[in-house]
Amino acid sequence: MRVAGKGLIDRTETVPFVFDGVSYNGFRGDTLASALLANDVRLMGRSFKYHRPRGVLTAGSEEPNALVTVGEGGAQEPNMRATMQEIYPGLAARSQNRWPSLGFDLMGINDLGAPFLGAGFYYKTFMWPKAFWEKVYEPIIRRAAGLGGLSGQDNTDKYESAYAFCDLLVIGAGPAGLMAALVAARAGADVILADENARMGGRLLAETYEVDGKPGHVWADEVLAELRGMDNVRLMTRTTVAGAYDQGTYAALERVLHHTDRRPNGAPLETYWRIVAKRSVLAAGALERPVAFRDNDRPGIMTAGAVRTYLNRWGVSPGRNVTIFGNTDDIHRTARDLLEAGVHVAAVIDSRHDAPLSDDYQVLRGAQVCGSAGRKGLESITVRRASGEEKIHTDCLAMTGGWNPSVHLTCHMNGRPTWQRDIAAFVPRPDAVPGMETAGACNGSFSTDACLREGIAAAEAALDDLGMKAPKTTVPQAEDTPYEIAQLWAVPGKGRAWLDFQNDVTVKDVKQAATENFRSVEHMKRYTTQGMATDQGKNSNVAALAVLADATGRGISETGTTTFRPPYSPMAIAALGAGAEGAGFKPQRFTTSHKAAVARNAPMVEAGLWYRPSYFPQAGETTWRQSCDREVNMVRQAVGICDVSPLGKIDIQGPDAGAFLDFVYTNMFSTLKVGRARYGLMLREDGFVMDDGTTARLGETHYVMTTTTAGAGDVMKHLEFVHQGLRPDLDVSFTSVTEQWAQFAVAGPKSRELLNDLLDMQLDDESWPFMACGPVSVLGVAGRLFRISFSGEHAYEIAVPARYGASLYDILTKRAEVLGGGLYGMEALGVLRIEKGFITHSEIHGRTTAYDIGMGRMVSQKKDCIGKTMSQREGLEEPGRERLVGLKPIGESKQLLAGAHLYKEEAEPVRTNDQGYLTSVGYSPTLETMLGLGFLADGPDRYGEVVKMVDHLRGVTTLCEVVNPVFFDPDGGRVRG
Amino acid sequence: MRITCPHCGERDRREFYYRGAAVDLDRPAPDAGAEAWDNFVYLRENPAGVTRELWYHEGGCGAWIVVTRNTVTHEIQGSQLASEVNA
Repeated sequence: MRVAGKGLIDRTETVPFVFDGVSYNGFRGDTLASALLANDVRLMGRSFKYHRPRGVLTAGSEEPNALVTVGEGGAQEPNMRATMQEIYPGLAARSQNRWPSLGFDLMGINDLGAPFLGAGFYYKTFMWPKAFWEKVYEPIIRRAAGLGGLSGQDNTDKYESAYAFCDLLVIGAGPAGLMAALVAARAGADVILADENARMGGRLLAETYEVDGKPGHVWADEVLAELRGMDNVRLMTRTTVAGAYDQGTYAALERVLHHTDRRPNGAPLETYWRIVAKRSVLAAGALERPVAFRDNDRPGIMTAGAVRTYLNRWGVSPGRNVTIFGNTDDIHRTARDLLEAGVHVAAVIDSRHDAPLSDDYQVLRGAQVCGSAGRKGLESITVRRASGEEKIHTDCLAMTGGWNPSVHLTCHMNGRPTWQRDIAAFVPRPDAVPGMETAGACNGSFSTDACLREGIAAAEAALDDLGMKAPKTTVPQAEDTPYEIAQLWAVPGKGRAWLDFQNDVTVKDVKQAATENFRSVEHMKRYTTQGMATDQGKNSNVAALAVLADATGRGISETGTTTFRPPYSPMAIAALGAGAEGAGFKPQRFTTSHKAAVARNAPMVEAGLWYRPSYFPQAGETTWRQSCDREVNMVRQAVGICDVSPLGKIDIQGPDAGAFLDFVYTNMFSTLKVGRARYGLMLREDGFVMDDGTTARLGETHYVMTTTTAGAGDVMKHLEFVHQGLRPDLDVSFTSVTEQWAQFAVAGPKSRELLNDLLDMQLDDESWPFMACGPVSVLGVAGRLFRISFSGEHAYEIAVPARYGASLYDILTKRAEVLGGGLYGMEALGVLRIEKGFITHSEIHGRTTAYDIGMGRMVSQKKDCIGKTMSQREGLEEPGRERLVGLKPIGESKQLLAGAHLYKEEAEPVRTNDQGYLTSVGYSPTLETMLGLGFLADGPDRYGEVVKMVDHLRGVTTLCEVVNPVFFDPDGGRVRG
Repeated sequence: MRITCPHCGERDRREFYYRGAAVDLDRPAPDAGAEAWDNFVYLRENPAGVTRELWYHEGGCGAWIVVTRNTVTHEIQGSQLASEVNA
């Protein structure tokens, strides 16, 4: 019911919205919850387990009941709290966890089965038969229990992540936070003030207090106006600071566009902030706790603070005939606010025997509410007094069990709160988070005056730490009502008294957990699921542990709390992962020839982050094998062009470059002549092979190293580590130049002919023998030429600055085609290198040594190098080690499969008989057979032997001959010719 | 988490690559024996308290840094260039 003359809403602007298909009107400034209550809609959801009808319990982000789904399709958002969802024209919200409708929910039958669904029911009821859990019980439970769901479609909304830095982060913009921000801002500090609400002011917007003789919200607006006018202040509304992390880092979620259906171009729905603050002030306020009594979960029963918030902030009375129950003076404040607004107060039930009386309303002292009735909403309550029980008709019960300071963030770095008996609540331990001060209600100081004072003090402490001078500040005049509370957690009696509304946990469940010896609060939590729903038990955890403490005969302090973990309130994974979805998760790197390759319809394969052409299909070719075979033959018979730019290229310079390379490579590089290149092998310190590649000496103090494509980043880190950490005495430096140079392989018998037509010089065997390198001029562009080969053919790699890459690729392609050659892709490259027995990371996969790959002699005996000592361990050279061999099919089956295992011909193919495995396979058009590389026990000593390849996954068995891994041109005549 | 790079100042930990214990800097002589090498390559302490570890400012200046950090409180007590440790 809307109340005339109350609320901070704009009544000139009517906002139409839809809930469960029914159209309603609210006002600008309403939340979905306040607008529904204004329309007398009390039923907003069904509970998680028992499908009990539920209404709104709170007016804030801690709401356990009123969860709705907003949006459709890819933009569907489940579990939006109606108390936080602002209404806008066109908002369509749907209730959750009900079928077929909210009013008539068939799963409500769960409520009748409640005796079987108590604490630990998952562990007890569904034990037998064992196989039924996965197939029968779990699917049924998952369908029956739950909250909202996702659409299953890709999210169409944008999310963003951002960083912010400040001197002081103030968390919460109630009286304490506003005051802290004001003092720090006036001192000149760089301040961020963040509040989860759309409008700042905290409880000043929800109560009728005055500050400095003005209504609280007016005072708040004046402070905000001053802050807004200062360049050193950032105000972040709709921003929940969700976590406190190391070194002053805070996570915050800004709900940028949830209050509108407009999606301005590029604007995110939510922004995930990482705020780095030199100091912070936590002014997060407090959360009111309900009282557990029989059937305290009926729509219409809510916290007293929520009733005042709906009344004072939104001009809504949740009932026409209100009853109020609790154990602090807040209930009288609630009664006064309602009466002043013209709402009838049927009774005030104060559990304290010394409660104040009133002339304006009926006060039942020392009384407790012990039950409620009403089908889909509250119709009456039962009050128990010494004189007996009495039924009172009411459509709204405002209840309070006291307030819990929002200590959450102070516990995110392992801090535990302490129990403060006089206010019956946990308060933060000082310095629980380095650099964080706490102020106001989150500190257990509940009066407005205390909030303002503590806000000032916290800012002064922070300014002092920052070396800044605090201005002299007068404390504004405000109420300083003492907080008097008599502990009241659960009203004794039969039936179910709810603690955790969202996860359907009752007082009985907690007692049962204690009876069954789940006495630790962490055990009780997991056994009953108390506090494990999306609200993380914000309303209920303290009451639940108080019940547990009582049941186990311990004090609350001794029982302790469960662990508070981030985030403070639920956060979409999409926001946490902002920027890392799609290509952001794995950036794409393209070569300068990428467009040309795509234009020729080459399918791309991923190599690390790079995309490389797999093969180049030509007209008439229907399978990749046809293309691959043609490309291999082309390289063997004419000339082929392949972009090899993705291989890592590291420029190494300095007087000690040679000495350094001697230390990171197993073989010698200081003795390499200028103008020559050499194959190098790199080990990890544990003696296993790390990477390989060709390193060329361009000058006395200048080398350029190539690494494998996937290993480039690791090798760069490794070089820097070895230099900085182990050999800082060496004068050498490194720069990655992978993207600065476009490099192309020109391979095949006609490669020299092609290049001679292109370079400003003539190549011959004398000036450019195998493994020569040096500067060249390519059509007037300064480039580099390396006579190296990964195909076993007479071949070169030619490099030009990347900006000439696309152009050179085009020229090389055309000239190759004239010579009967053309482009080749990764498939052909793989076959060419397998024919030659050249290794890749398929072979140097981290578990093989130089000895295993037949390069044991490349570990120089003349010097130390990384990995040398450990590579000489006995076990790494012992007989029986699996070592590199070539394999050729010789039986009926001609199929070789990478990953298949090797067995003796006559052996049963079981694990205990395993002799090795295949790492690379390909069909060689040159030798007209499948070829394989693999590792076989004592392999090189077994050439000529027949072994059995078995692929258990694909069911293939092939007999193979063990051969030298260099299948083609074993004496290397072609590469030199 | 924020790490102070001696070159670049305090930066977010996402700019850094983590390697492990700073033991990696104490490379034994080639002939130091199996035990010394085993310790160096494989054996690591897992302290509840102060530890020295190697971070690489990969998204920054490329410096390897020895960070002294308390694994219990997460306090970072200092950072030093790795190149100065064995200088």
